[in-house]
Amino acid sequence: MAEKGPGGLKPSRRDFLVKMAQGAALAGTGGLLWDYILRGEARAAPYALRPPGALAEDDFNAACIKCGQCVVDCPPKILKLEPAGGALPIGTPYFDARTGPCIMCPDIPCMKACPTGALSPELKKIEDARMGLAVIDIENCLSYKGLRCEICHRECPLKGKAITLETHPRQTSKHAMFIPLVHSDACTGCGICEKACPTEVAAIRILPHKLVQGKIGEHYRLGWTFDTQITEDFKQAPQAAPSSTPEPGGKPGGLDYLNEGGL
Amino acid sequence: MSAQPGFNKADALASVEKLHSRGFVANLWSWRYLFLRRISQFGILLLFFGTAHWGWQAAKDVPLLIGNLSASKFIGLIPLTDPFAALQIFLTGHVLQKESLIGAAVVLGIYLLIGGRMFCAWACPVNMVTDAAGWLRDKIGVQPIFHLPRTLRYFILAATLVITVISGLAAFEWVSPIGMAHREIIFGLGMGFTALLAIFLFDLLILKHGWCGHLCPLGAFYSLVGKTAQLRVRFDKNTCTHCGECAKVCPEPQVLNLKKLEERGYVFSGECSNCGRCSPICPEGSLKFDFKPLIRRHNVRADAIAVQRRTR
Repeated sequence: MAEKGPGGLKPSRRDFLVKMAQGAALAGTGGLLWDYILRGEARAAPYALRPPGALAEDDFNAACIKCGQCVVDCPPKILKLEPAGGALPIGTPYFDARTGPCIMCPDIPCMKACPTGALSPELKKIEDARMGLAVIDIENCLSYKGLRCEICHRECPLKGKAITLETHPRQTSKHAMFIPLVHSDACTGCGICEKACPTEVAAIRILPHKLVQGKIGEHYRLGWTFDTQITEDFKQAPQAAPSSTPEPGGKPGGLDYLNEGGL
Repeated sequence: MSAQPGFNKADALASVEKLHSRGFVANLWSWRYLFLRRISQFGILLLFFGTAHWGWQAAKDVPLLIGNLSASKFIGLIPLTDPFAALQIFLTGHVLQKESLIGAAVVLGIYLLIGGRMFCAWACPVNMVTDAAGWLRDKIGVQPIFHLPRTLRYFILAATLVITVISGLAAFEWVSPIGMAHREIIFGLGMGFTALLAIFLFDLLILKHGWCGHLCPLGAFYSLVGKTAQLRVRFDKNTCTHCGECAKVCPEPQVLNLKKLEERGYVFSGECSNCGRCSPICPEGSLKFDFKPLIRRHNVRADAIAVQRRTR
C-alpha cells in the first residue's frame, strides 16, 4: 500500500497517465487553434473570382496545391496568387475583372496547366465556364439613364446570349432606352463587360454566383410552364379532324348550334 | 570517454589545432558544399522566377520550369510535385489528377535515392534564413531559454495529417512559411516575409535550430523518406580522433552520435540533410560523401589498413 500515491495508483502509472493527459491537452489545443486558423483563412473564399473550370469553392480550396502554374500559363497574364495576409485564401489563384478580365482562350491553357484538377478538365468548352456572373447596378448604368451606351453588350464575347438588349420606347421626344440584360445560362463571368464599362466605378460587375443568385425553391409549381392535370383540363381539346366532310357548297362543316335549337 | 578505444585527448586537440591553422583558402574550400547549396537554392528560385517573369524557355514554346516548390513542370515534360502536399490533398478527399501523382512519384523517387532531407539543405529557401539565424546566434552567443525534443516534428507531422482530414484543407500547405516564401518571391510580395522574419527571430533568440530542427513537418516527412537514402556521409572510425568539430557545425548534431557511427560506418539517420558541413570541416577526413553500397567495402579496406599500420 505504501507505494500507492494519492490517487490510489502506483506513482509510475500515475505519472504516465498525467503525461498522456498533458500530451492530449497539448495536441488538442494546438490542433483546435490550427484548425481555426485554416477555416478563418478559407472563409474569404466566396469573394474570389477563380480561373475557368475551378471546382466549387470548398473542393477548390481542398484541391489547389498553390503552385501557380495556371498563373504562368495564362496568355494575358491576368491571374494572380493571393499572398499571405490578403483578403482571399492564401496562395490560391484569382483574377480581378476590372483590371484584367479573362479573355476566354478556346484551349483553356490555365486549366490544362493545373496538375491537381482543382481547375477541372471536365470543362471542355470555355463557353461552359462559370467563373462568376455579371450583375448590373441599374442606378448607375448609363443605359438605364437613357444614354446609348451598351458597351457591355457590344464587348461581350457571347453577345446576344450572355447579354441581350431590351428596348424600352419612351415618349416621342425621347430616345428609346436600350437596356442590357444578363442571362446566367450563358454568362461565363469572364469580366470583359466589367473592364469595358465606362462609368467611374463599373456599373456591371462580376460576382461569384453564390453572392448574387437566388433560388426559387422546390415547392413553387409554375403550372403554366409545364403540363399538369389542371392545365390539361383547361386546354383546348385537340382539334379533331373535321367530322363532316365539307358540304358540296364548299362551306366547312361545323357545329351550327344556333340553328339546331340547342339553346 | 577514456574507455573508448581510439580516443586520445592529445590526438583530438591536435585535430582541432589542425583545423584552426587552416589558411584562408583552405577555409573557403571547407565551405564548398555551403556555396554549392546556396547556388542550388538560389538557382532553383531563379529558374522559377525567370520562367514566370522573363519567359525563360528550354526550346521554342517550352517553358523551362513553371510553378513553384509545391508543384511544377520541368521543360514542359516532367511534372514535379511536393509529395507531402500531394499526400495532404489526397487526405482532404480530393482525387488527384494523374499529372500530380506522377510528379509526386518522381520527387519521392529522387529523395528515396539521395536522401529526403537533401530538399532541406539544397532546395528549401527557408534553410538560408535558418542558417543565417544559427550563424548569428553562435556569433553573439545567445543563451538557450528552453529545450524541445527534436522528435516534436514527427508529432507535428502527424497532427498535419489529422487536421487535414478534419478540416478538409491541406493543413500544412495553408500555413507553410516555405510555401509562402517561395510563392511570394515568384508571384508577388505579401505578408509571407513576416513569417520568414518570425522564423529568423525564433531561431536566433528563442530556440537554436528551432524551425528546421524541431518544428517543420516537411522536414520530418523527408526525414522518414530519407531512411532509404543511398547517398550518405561515410564515417571512418580509424582516422576519427573524436575532436567533435563536426558536431559543432552540424545543424542536426544528434545524427553524428559516435556510437552509432562506429556501428554503422556511416550517418544512418534520415534526419541528416546531406548538407555537407561536417565532411570538409573534418580535420582528419573521416567523413566523406559516398554511396551506401560502396561504404561497407571501403570501411573493410580501411579497417585492414589500420590493422596493418598498428601491427607494423
